[in-house]
Amino acid sequence: MIPASFDYTAPTTLADALAALAQGGDDAKILAGGQSLLPVLKLRMAAPGLLIDLGKIDELRGVRREGDTIVVGAMTTHHDVIADPLVREHLSLLAKTTEQVADAQVRYRGTLGGALAHADPAGDLGAVTVALDAQMRIAGPNGTRSVPAAQFFTDYFTTALAENEILTGIAFDSFAGWGAHYEKFHTVSQAWSTVAVAAAVLVAGGTVTAARVALTNMGPTPIRARAVEAALVDGPASDDAVRAAAQAATEGTAPVDDATAPAAYRSHLARVLTGRAVLAAAG
Amino acid sequence: MTTTEAPPAEIGRARTRKEDQHLITGHSTFTDSIVLPGMVHLAMVRSPLAHATITSIDTTAARKAPGVVGVWTGRDFPEQGGLACAWPITPDMKSPVHLPVPTDTVNHVGEIVAVIAARTKAEAVDAVELVDVQYSELPVVTDLAAARDGSAPVIHGDLGTNVSATWVFDSGEAGTGGNASAAIEAARSDPDQIVVERTFRQQRLIPAYMEPRSTVCDPNGVGDQITIWSATQIPHILRTMLTLSQGIPEGKLRIIAPDVGGGFGGKLEVTPEEVATIMVARQLGKPAKYTETRSETMMAAHHGRDQIQHLTLSARKDGTITGFDVDLTANMGAYLALVGPGVPILGAFMYNAIYKIPAYRFSCTNVFTNEVMTDAYRGAGRPEATFAIERMMDELATELGMDPIEVRRRNWIRHEEFPFTTVAGLTYDSGNYEEATDKALWHFGYDDLRAEQQRRRESGDRIQLGIGTSTFTEMCGLAPSRVLGSLSYGAGGWEAASIRMLPTGVVEVVTGISPHGQGHVTGFSQIVADRLGVPFENVKILHGDTNISAKGLDTYGSRSLAVGGIAVVKAADKVIAKAKTIAAHLLEASEDDIDFAHGTFTVRGTESSVTIGDIALATFTGHNLPDGVESSLDSEAVFDPENFSFPHGTHLCAAEVDTETGKVTIRKYVAVDDVGVVINPLLVDGQVHGGLAQGIAQALYEEAQYSVDGQLTSGTFVDYLVPSAVDLPDYITDKTITPSTSNPLGVKGVGEAGTIASTPAVVNAVLDAVRQFGVADIPMPMTPARVWQAIQDGSTTAGSNSSSMGGAA
Ligand SMILES: Cc1cc2nc3c(=O)[nH]c(=O)nc-3n(C[C@H](O)[C@H](O)[C@H](O)COP(=O)(O)OP(=O)(O)OC[C@H]3O[C@@H](n4cnc5c(N)ncnc54)[C@H](O)[C@@H]3O)c2cc1C
Repeated sequence: MIPASFDYTAPTTLADALAALAQGGDDAKILAGGQSLLPVLKLRMAAPGLLIDLGKIDELRGVRREGDTIVVGAMTTHHDVIADPLVREHLSLLAKTTEQVADAQVRYRGTLGGALAHADPAGDLGAVTVALDAQMRIAGPNGTRSVPAAQFFTDYFTTALAENEILTGIAFDSFAGWGAHYEKFHTVSQAWSTVAVAAAVLVAGGTVTAARVALTNMGPTPIRARAVEAALVDGPASDDAVRAAAQAATEGTAPVDDATAPAAYRSHLARVLTGRAVLAAAG
Repeated sequence: MTTTEAPPAEIGRARTRKEDQHLITGHSTFTDSIVLPGMVHLAMVRSPLAHATITSIDTTAARKAPGVVGVWTGRDFPEQGGLACAWPITPDMKSPVHLPVPTDTVNHVGEIVAVIAARTKAEAVDAVELVDVQYSELPVVTDLAAARDGSAPVIHGDLGTNVSATWVFDSGEAGTGGNASAAIEAARSDPDQIVVERTFRQQRLIPAYMEPRSTVCDPNGVGDQITIWSATQIPHILRTMLTLSQGIPEGKLRIIAPDVGGGFGGKLEVTPEEVATIMVARQLGKPAKYTETRSETMMAAHHGRDQIQHLTLSARKDGTITGFDVDLTANMGAYLALVGPGVPILGAFMYNAIYKIPAYRFSCTNVFTNEVMTDAYRGAGRPEATFAIERMMDELATELGMDPIEVRRRNWIRHEEFPFTTVAGLTYDSGNYEEATDKALWHFGYDDLRAEQQRRRESGDRIQLGIGTSTFTEMCGLAPSRVLGSLSYGAGGWEAASIRMLPTGVVEVVTGISPHGQGHVTGFSQIVADRLGVPFENVKILHGDTNISAKGLDTYGSRSLAVGGIAVVKAADKVIAKAKTIAAHLLEASEDDIDFAHGTFTVRGTESSVTIGDIALATFTGHNLPDGVESSLDSEAVFDPENFSFPHGTHLCAAEVDTETGKVTIRKYVAVDDVGVVINPLLVDGQVHGGLAQGIAQALYEEAQYSVDGQLTSGTFVDYLVPSAVDLPDYITDKTITPSTSNPLGVKGVGEAGTIASTPAVVNAVLDAVRQFGVADIPMPMTPARVWQAIQDGSTTAGSNSSSMGGAA
């Protein structure tokens, strides 16, 4: 499988990358880890004239702390996210979910920014950003802006990023001390999620004091399960209470009906997996 | 000279594979690694439609594209001949013309409509998009039942029907048993009998070998030959078939199958791509290479299975089977593949399996659809047969409320009854179903698991447990030529080998089988090392080049050891016989007084001896040989088996079903296989493990799906789910050894056993877990969605044809 020919540039600064993007217009495409983009090119489902490789821009890579905020550079690979001590301490939901993304080979190349910008509804990481109210940091020709995760994902494979913008980092509040779990359901280990649920909870004395729940592949974008969260908070972290709260998981969802799974089955899974995810997060 | 201590026997040793080092250190030579001066690269323009008339093809733009050397449509290949089907199962079998590059009509998605040659592969691929093909769409047929009953439009107008052939075996007519229809009719009105009727769907599978297909053709090969490298299992058959179908004189063709990365039957084919590559190379007078993409493998290489099985079994209420009727509809795809029509027919001899069935009827109707051809896929006909009978044994047990193992015991051939001639007319030479089953039950902890199953049921546990059994046999070692002749197969089933004793002590073994991942080089080296008493390291196995291995019938049907290995043994025995004459001369003794052991000829009762290596050197120098004796130990042999071999075994599967999600997890899997004498336990385990993975994958994961308009919707590994090690259980494997009596090594064959046995074991286990909810069947693959839906419905799910419960009248 060979992509159509394209030009290639690998700038070393964000400014140069933005300039190249401005110049390339809609014929240019950002290349991060290439784990989603290259298959698309090889299948010739897209044929951009210019690839702008962000791989040489150091400022986009790595995890850093800014006061109470943890910022993951867009070009941080899944592998580096998992291994990062700040992520492990403050964002265990992100670490645990990323561990379940693809396989080791893909995790060594694929990046958090690339996964989010690609916005595959079956991708696992969008739900984490939605659950944790992450801020997407975006740079464009007119400077930078920040978009909440809930507004970042707009449709199937579509985000709030404009054609001339680059996702530079993902900023999270600290969730240190929260229990977290990502319940991924797929037919074989290599397959994408049929449905998955990201959950983070704070439990004090057997009572849920705070909860964040988001669903993967229950619609065109990751979906925050606010009804579940509301039903959980101030309730006991018990099996029955959690499973009862999980019944609200399908509120506002629009699952697809395809060869892997009928929509009704996906809805059922969303409820079951939500219960499991929250219970596991609550420990 | 003194006799040295006997070296440890090679046969039975867990030797690591000789062939791995070059493969895993990057020194392999796959077809795509071949680069020749001036070579052009090909890309195929393929039909996006399943059935259409080609109204026009405009290649102007493609011809002008950078690097393009030429563009060919079907009409630019006046020399092309139709691809041959080697297995006319009936005299009136209907077979459409199958041009490698069709000129008028396309009959499945992915058919080649134009070929592009360019200086680089990238340029060739770029130019594909520039070829403008106009089609006029024709109605698409994907429904097997409609293809059979005549309600679907006829695909090949000249044939007048979508039915290719119907092949029937009736034990009443063959004189090997009673009349099955009569037996079943009688059972329907007999209060002491029960009739079980089921319909199962064997879904379509894609042989997902690692190395995509690839061909390089040098039209100006050494010695005025056309040299063709191909990722094929069948270099010899390819050569003969190219001559027969394309009219290229056989002597002009040299076929090389270099390192080949898996096949599973999927490379047992003479492909349109091979022929197109050869035609382009010959027209240009330049070497040409074509390597397909994975998408092309999925779309255009042959698939496997794809049958509807309608089964009727009658039995007495004590579990004794009285009759069995098998009615198959087999999807051939758009054309007849090389041995495609015969694949379901191979199963005909296996539906009776290990059981004493007094009356048996088998009928198979092969039909055309607008899908890619089906042909051999690991097991080829036998997995389908084993699935059918082993599922029916569990259905029978369920209907009678008996233990599934007990039902099998009541019916199987007892150890003391061998050799046993079955209702299908085969004579099973040996077997010990009791021992294999007892051993499997012991490993499995059957009673404990049954007790746990009961506990989970009673407590209404979210995780329900099921136990599935498969006591299978298969026919291996394809094949006695006479049997193939009686089935109208277009070739024999023998295998050839030759041995060359080099002066430096190296033993070159040339085999006609064509390994593509199995480990034959290692296994054959062990056999020869033992037979000739030479070091394992000194044995060099050569194969896969028709100029080196001039005679052979290649690798499929678990034949390499049971047929090819025996040819090697026979050639080795000829070497020993020749060497003995010379040994007697050198030792100045009578041949009658010479013993041969561990590579050394000794004058009986003395210390006077000479090694086989010494004799090889003596024939090289030729200085001192007996009068009239040829100066060579080299020998060749052909082995044509008198019978198949019949590996068997008992596989037990414990499956956990998450009743909330429908997800199936295999908790425990025991495979006790009897493959006769084991040459190398490591290779045997490797074959069993890989086979199990593929059989389990059919039960739970894999399915080639077409939409009603003939588009392959499972065309990538995102949709066609091949399991990895993570998804599969730890296997407990063990063996019983009942040597085959049909060959001197006592070997049987193990290449397909795991695949054949495991699918019904898994399906039986899943059903055993969920029958309590009123589930009668779940179509394969038993995906979580289907299992969950079946539990919800409490009856048969959509897509399964299984509904009619049998029962006593
Ligand atoms: C075999 C396999 C299995 C996989 N399984 C999973 C899985 O189970 N779960 C899962 O979530 N994912 C899975 N993935 C996808 C994986 O997570 C990818 O890494 C991810 O989708 C893309 O990341 P990337 O860095 O490779 O981005 P690329 O492929 O390089 O880019 C993807 C898209 O995002 C754009 N883009 C990238 N970075 C930026 C940026 N900074 N700013 C603006 N646009 C940008 C690109 O232009 C492109 O359109 C799998 C991938 C493979 C190959």
